Amino acid sequence: MEIALVVGFPLVGAALLALTGAQRRAPELNVAISLATLLAVAALVVRVIRGGPISAFDEQFFIDPFNVFLVALTALVGFTTAVFSRPYMRIEAAHGRLTERRLRLYHSMYQLFMAAMLVALTTNNLGFLWVAMEAATLSTVLLVSLYRTRASIEAAWKYFILCGVGIALALFGTILLYVAAEGQLGGNGMSALLWTHLDAAKGQLEPTVIGLAFVFLLVGYGTKVGLAPLHNWLPDAHAEGPTPVSAVLSGLLLNVALYAVLRCKIIADGALHSDLPGRMLMGFGLLSVVWATFFLWRQRDIKRLFAYSSIEHMGIMTFAFGMGGPVASFAGLLHMTVHSLTKSAIFFAAGHAAQTAGTQRMDGIRGLLATHPSVGWGLMLGTLAILGMPPFGVFTSEYLVLTTAMRDHPWATPILLVSLAVAFAAIFGRVQPMVFGETQAPALPHPPSLLPVFVHLGLVLALGISIPAALSEWYRLAAHLFVR
Amino acid sequence: MPAPTFSAQVLQTLAGALLLISFAMLAERRSRHLVTLLIWQGAVLVTSTLLVAATAHLPHLFFSAVLTLVLKVGVLPWILLRLMRRLGIERDNEPLVNVPTLMLVGLGLVIFAFGLAQPVTALATTVIRQTLGIALAVILLALLMILARRKAFTQVIGFLALENGLFFAATTTTYGMPMVVELGIALDVLVGVFIFGVFFFHIREQFDSLDLHHLESLKED
Repeated sequence: MEIALVVGFPLVGAALLALTGAQRRAPELNVAISLATLLAVAALVVRVIRGGPISAFDEQFFIDPFNVFLVALTALVGFTTAVFSRPYMRIEAAHGRLTERRLRLYHSMYQLFMAAMLVALTTNNLGFLWVAMEAATLSTVLLVSLYRTRASIEAAWKYFILCGVGIALALFGTILLYVAAEGQLGGNGMSALLWTHLDAAKGQLEPTVIGLAFVFLLVGYGTKVGLAPLHNWLPDAHAEGPTPVSAVLSGLLLNVALYAVLRCKIIADGALHSDLPGRMLMGFGLLSVVWATFFLWRQRDIKRLFAYSSIEHMGIMTFAFGMGGPVASFAGLLHMTVHSLTKSAIFFAAGHAAQTAGTQRMDGIRGLLATHPSVGWGLMLGTLAILGMPPFGVFTSEYLVLTTAMRDHPWATPILLVSLAVAFAAIFGRVQPMVFGETQAPALPHPPSLLPVFVHLGLVLALGISIPAALSEWYRLAAHLFVR
Repeated sequence: MPAPTFSAQVLQTLAGALLLISFAMLAERRSRHLVTLLIWQGAVLVTSTLLVAATAHLPHLFFSAVLTLVLKVGVLPWILLRLMRRLGIERDNEPLVNVPTLMLVGLGLVIFAFGLAQPVTALATTVIRQTLGIALAVILLALLMILARRKAFTQVIGFLALENGLFFAATTTTYGMPMVVELGIALDVLVGVFIFGVFFFHIREQFDSLDLHHLESLKED
């Protein structure tokens, strides 16, 4: 019941906004729908805390410790982003970059995107998971090209083709998985696509077929995670789309794609009797971290800078899950949570910073503390948090990843440490003059909404100091799934 | 190994035809002809799905064949042809450099695909699974086409050919995915083509052409 509401609210909302969205109150309606979704998720979470994992609709949908916190995170960030986008998009309209019709498209697609992600997270059926991931791509393509500038259309085309091809490969992987499973679980029924059934029977699945399937699934969904060298779409899509879209792409979509990879990895681990999937994740993860770090130096655009930082952090998570084991998986799950909150907060602040300066080029953004102190502080604190300064939560998860790496894979530790240090220097060196320094930029026409930024950063801070019992229990149970 | 049945032989012939069409697409310059080839590919898919449905007595595959007929032989080509007329690119020729090299790379991909599918086909319980290598080859050739072409329209055709390869893999190796999933996939493809169509107009409005050479300003610097 709760699952139906969680998916239903954004779906109905998308239709409602598509029909009536051209009116003045559409941003508020968007916020209200996101709030309704968040409340439905809250009810779901309460039920899971009381009664444990649930499944619904003939086992097609399910909630277990691994996806429950991601569903909650998605609904929360979806709501705060809607709150942020209300004044942000008004300012964009006031600057003449958007028309009423485009705003209608924006609001409708935003809700459709949320619905697609929530379906992807809650579904038990790997076929539906694929359909939902594709729907998430399709709905965001039009959001990336919302400004209809040359650069934004180019970015959207690149995103469409790269992710379309990537996700097609994931479909091939899904088909192979089905080939391997139908012998065990019976063909023609849905059973051979249900994750819980596959998980239960994973020991008897044919290893060669599953191995091949996992390669395709990893490359396919990995494209959407933004793993190097398949990350090319990510910086463009983040930089050229509207800021709320950058925030949900970075904060939510990448997580959902990683979630898909991990679900597949759990099955591959069980079937393969070797640590090949883990090694592949470690390799892709480490490559992404190093690659992103060195591209960070060359960025001039503020949103591209933080897009590369997202690639770096997705790399850290992928590496952590690749190492496997309870501690590293716990760290990976925590990192998914804190990165999502922090990165979306940074994009909120960076979006308003770019609006104030009238440009996304970092050398044009100066003296944020003088014009809008809250934007300046938000950007500064967010940057410190994402760079892994204690006592923010990112520090905790990165610390756990590093110590596990030191114990199990010492060769990787120096690579990680150097990358983190280089990333620190690159990002901090650019953010510092933007926040301090002199400026003559005028203030914004609508007061910016910085509440979401500080709510997110507050949560990250709280998670850095202590993790609530229910959450750490979920992390522990979910991490247990990764232990073969 | 027992001698393959008649229907399995027909199926393998159809698989071969699919591969042949993929190669033809790789070398075809005219957008109009590419759509024709895509229709042929759809027709082969419909035939092979019907064949599998008839030999394995699976009613849901008949639905799937009808769906393919409507979508891939009917609706999608109709949309593409309409788009071509509205964009005025019916007579467009795309200069292709190095067709022989492209063909050689394509051949290499086919061998690679057969090698990759070998462990799966070795386990085959049905003759049907042996077409997996061909399906994978069709997918890889479509990928090559997307990479090699510089026109937005041709890339979309490559994308649809890729989807055809996936569909072929699904029907011949597993008797098709469950119906609901297949419907979802079909819906995604249809919406995808609509969005592609919208995009053509945006690209042309901004760049005055559908040539993707113009879309190369976003580079790392």
